[in-house]
Amino acid sequence: MPGRGFSGGKGKRRGRRWKRRGRRRRRPLSLADLREGESGIIESLELPAEVSHRLMELGFIPGSEIEAGKTAPGGDPRVFRVDGSEIALRRETAQRLLLRTPEGPGIDDEDEVE
Amino acid sequence: MAGNDEVRKSMGSVEAGEVVDPRATALEEPPACEPGPGVAATVALVGPPNSGKSTLFNRLTGLRQKTANFPGVTVERHHGTVRLTDGKELELLDLPGTYSLTPRSEDERITDDLLRGKMPEVCVPDAVILVIDSTNLGRNLVLAAPMLALEKPILVVLNMADELRRRGGQVDVEALSQRLGAPVVLVSAAKGEGIGEIHEFLEDTFHAPTPVELPVLQSPPSCREWAGQVAAESAYRPPVAPKWTRRLDGVFLHPWLGPLVFLLVVIAVFQVIFYAAIPLMDGVEALVTLSGGWLGENLPASPVKDLLIEGVWAGVGSVLVFLPQILLLFLFIGILEDSGYLARAALIADRTMAKVGLQGKSFIPLLSAYACAVPAIMATRTIENKRDRLATILIAPFMTCAARLPVYTLVIAAFLPSKPLLGPFLGTRAAALLGLYILGFVAALVTARVLKSTILKSDRTPFVLELPPYRWPTVESLGLRLLDRSKVFLKRAGTVILGVAVALWILAHLPLVNGQPPEIGDSLAGTLGRTIEPAIEPLGFDWKIGVGLVTSLAAREVIVGTLGTLHGIEGDEQSMGLQEALRQDLTLGGAVALLVFFAFAMQCMSTVATVRRETGGWTIPILQFVYMGILAYVGAFLANNLVMAFL
Repeated sequence: MPGRGFSGGKGKRRGRRWKRRGRRRRRPLSLADLREGESGIIESLELPAEVSHRLMELGFIPGSEIEAGKTAPGGDPRVFRVDGSEIALRRETAQRLLLRTPEGPGIDDEDEVE
Repeated sequence: MAGNDEVRKSMGSVEAGEVVDPRATALEEPPACEPGPGVAATVALVGPPNSGKSTLFNRLTGLRQKTANFPGVTVERHHGTVRLTDGKELELLDLPGTYSLTPRSEDERITDDLLRGKMPEVCVPDAVILVIDSTNLGRNLVLAAPMLALEKPILVVLNMADELRRRGGQVDVEALSQRLGAPVVLVSAAKGEGIGEIHEFLEDTFHAPTPVELPVLQSPPSCREWAGQVAAESAYRPPVAPKWTRRLDGVFLHPWLGPLVFLLVVIAVFQVIFYAAIPLMDGVEALVTLSGGWLGENLPASPVKDLLIEGVWAGVGSVLVFLPQILLLFLFIGILEDSGYLARAALIADRTMAKVGLQGKSFIPLLSAYACAVPAIMATRTIENKRDRLATILIAPFMTCAARLPVYTLVIAAFLPSKPLLGPFLGTRAAALLGLYILGFVAALVTARVLKSTILKSDRTPFVLELPPYRWPTVESLGLRLLDRSKVFLKRAGTVILGVAVALWILAHLPLVNGQPPEIGDSLAGTLGRTIEPAIEPLGFDWKIGVGLVTSLAAREVIVGTLGTLHGIEGDEQSMGLQEALRQDLTLGGAVALLVFFAFAMQCMSTVATVRRETGGWTIPILQFVYMGILAYVGAFLANNLVMAFL
């Protein structure tokens, strides 16, 4: 994916917990916005009951912290570290797992085109 | 693959030859089941995918169920017996992996129905062994809640104790047992550690668990919270993250190193199955020739002797030669599956699958189709979406199964001189073989794309893939696979291939002319070949290949045996070998056409029968057979003409 640094340094982005991307600022943050090494806390799962149930069983529970890991070549699907294991999700699914928006400063309004 | 295993397990009823809808019997009283004589009780193994149920099952029963490091795959509900010290027997059931008892997908419904006694053909288990992965107790204990709620006697097995210890984790088994109100043991099924304690539980009289406080079962968050509390109260210290898994994934999932490694692995596999197998294959061939020669010298001259030497030895023998090669292929598949690399390969391949409209769940059946299409088609049962499932069934036979390998190897070795292409890494023959695998895969993808964008269009279902930590494949598990495969191969050689060889030999010696067998070209077999010869001549095939095409409808590798028998009768096989003989039957164009034909055609009765059973009618298998047949014919025709025009 253009404009994305894959190289090494898991720790490099540790300070920033998540990052906003895309032109529409109003879009809520989702798991798909996390980059490798970043983590976020799940707020809700905007998926059909059956699917979200399955994902919750795997650890994608509201309130739990998820860390983004590596991706397959091409940037999709991505591996997420969740509840002690590694689960890969396609971007289209990760986009439906919304993240808790932190209070206060820290919103990164960078406009980046995918 | 544990993954493949899970799928296989979920199909318990399929093996009986009929499809039982578990829901159909849900409202009726469970009929009394008859345990076999001497069977004291039935015990079910339940647990999340990839927690090592099948490995434990093998330990306890001494059976050889396929296991691997991959979640979500066992396919039949297996059962085996455990012999107790008092001479009685226990029936042990190995169930598909499940994360919860809320029956949503078909495989979970099977586990749920079975535990609640809604399956008429199976005894309600008297006790349950819950197998969970001790390296991730918090998440795995979630399943303990619904299991305890069943109020059945239960033993909680914390598996992978060795890995827990090695990575610095620990757990207070006593405290956990107190908290759950049920016995808990810490074992390593792979290393055989703690198996004695499981036997103690099985020998003892079963006790229902002491009731303990349980969470709201319908709510995953509440179950997870409960599990976390239980783990914390049992002084559970989770192990550190597997360092090597992170490091290896750094390479295998690297943006460009990853695909490169993937490619190198594939090339290495082909290079080895083509070239390293040769000494072994020569060994088998020498044995076949030697034993055939001995028979020739020591048996009195009679038609039976001729049948044995020309029919059986030349026919079955020429197929047996390929056993080492097939075993090498399975050794590689085994290493890839058991190490956990295959899950990464599935991840890398997902984009391609998504592009042709297939979901991630189709990948596992398609991978197992590289061994054989039959289990692959059965494995599609875990795909909930009917259209996706049908599409996967339709393309699975395009994947290059092990039965094609003898045909490919024979033709390639006969026509393509062995030369290095990329130094010692890739030779021409291995490259040709690789090309044929790719050809089948591309045919599958194109077919899927066409189907999924037209008649089988459907919404995409989410792809969820759990990546297990890398583990060392055990010699035991690899050995079991090879043993299993040898049995399957030898069984086929002893039944289908032998039967066809004998029948063909007889057909090649009838009708008798003045009490003498006819010239082979005028025999019944020859007449059959000559009858279809006009139809296959445009493909570059002669009548002997034609006979081979007919017999290979039973199973693909039969053509090798058939050519062996036909040339055996003519006496060529002994004098110049099958490869040499084949060069007389086929032009170069015909050889390429034959390879293309076998890459596409659905020459396998077991596959046709399986598709009929799984789709519940003849429509799909007939359409599939015709489609693949036309593709094979047209492909072979083009191949023959192109080769003849340009070479």
